[in-house]
Amino acid sequence: MKVGILYSRIRKDEKLLLSELRERDHDVAKIDVRKQRLRLDEPPEAFEGVDVLVDRCLATSRSLYTTEFADAYGVPVVNGADVADVCADKVKNSLALEAAGVPTPTTEVAYTKDTALDIVEDFGYPCVVKPVIGSWGRLMAKLDSRSAAEAVFEHKEVLGHYEHKVFYVQEFVEKPGRDIRVLATDGEPVAAMVRSSDHWLTNAAKGADTAEFELDDEARRLVKEASDAVGGGLLGVDLMEVGEDEDGNPTGYTVHEVNHNVEFKALNDVTDVDVPARVVDWLEAKVESETDTEVTA
Amino acid sequence: MAECIECGADVTLHDDLEVGEIVDCSTCGAELEVVDDDPVELDSAPELEEDWGE
Repeated sequence: MKVGILYSRIRKDEKLLLSELRERDHDVAKIDVRKQRLRLDEPPEAFEGVDVLVDRCLATSRSLYTTEFADAYGVPVVNGADVADVCADKVKNSLALEAAGVPTPTTEVAYTKDTALDIVEDFGYPCVVKPVIGSWGRLMAKLDSRSAAEAVFEHKEVLGHYEHKVFYVQEFVEKPGRDIRVLATDGEPVAAMVRSSDHWLTNAAKGADTAEFELDDEARRLVKEASDAVGGGLLGVDLMEVGEDEDGNPTGYTVHEVNHNVEFKALNDVTDVDVPARVVDWLEAKVESETDTEVTA
Repeated sequence: MAECIECGADVTLHDDLEVGEIVDCSTCGAELEVVDDDPVELDSAPELEEDWGE
């Protein structure tokens, strides 16, 4: 198959993917989106003949628009524009999870500092404010007091891009010092890891310690439901353990977000599963199934 | 080996270099983007943008 990798930076994740694709003798086209002119009426030359585009754009804005163009041209792309649209925006992400009945942290949105303060006073301290678009734990704030909340909201209101004036306020989940990242293909877990840190942010990008995690049936069910909620595809589903039984063990999970442009190098380092191989297996099956559908039609 | 465009020092490169990859100059610490691999050409890597990530 011919695979077009949409990118603007080749991270270790992309190198793993490229290596696996080339080892299987697939025709791989690296497509630097920074060099593309995206016309309304026809695809750029770089998209010609590809069986599937894989969106690995580092910048969310480029991911969103390039996948929109791919959809408009009728060029298969994973993940599609609809999935990217839901996953890239925390508000849409939370709404999708809620609508699907997937447990997710209590969240409210406000458009002014004063209304946002009303929310945090109701939630109680600490609580969390997040940018609606953002990654790697950046610009997330744990609000421990009213004065901290006032300061953060004022900074967002005065200094921020208009998106920062959408105040996404979330309950603080008392997780056991770690959260869980599951890489899944159409809801089927490939591998999972825990990300542990003394800091309240447990993103791998923030330097959290990582270790493989064995999913139980409940976690697997939630991963499937969360994946379906956003439209499926190659996804990173993030869960936190909640509750505590008499032995101090968590009693359930909450899903805080689903990522559409998932990084997997840290996961690949801690698991025996060959993550890029499983991803390419899934891509091959997807292309084959779409080709069969075209032939049948 | 390629030359750092920031400080002029030699930058050691690994074998499986990819266009679009970022390499660090061990002398000045600059992040450099591989813009060509035959021959290797380096340029300053773009600064981190707010919408980067997964």
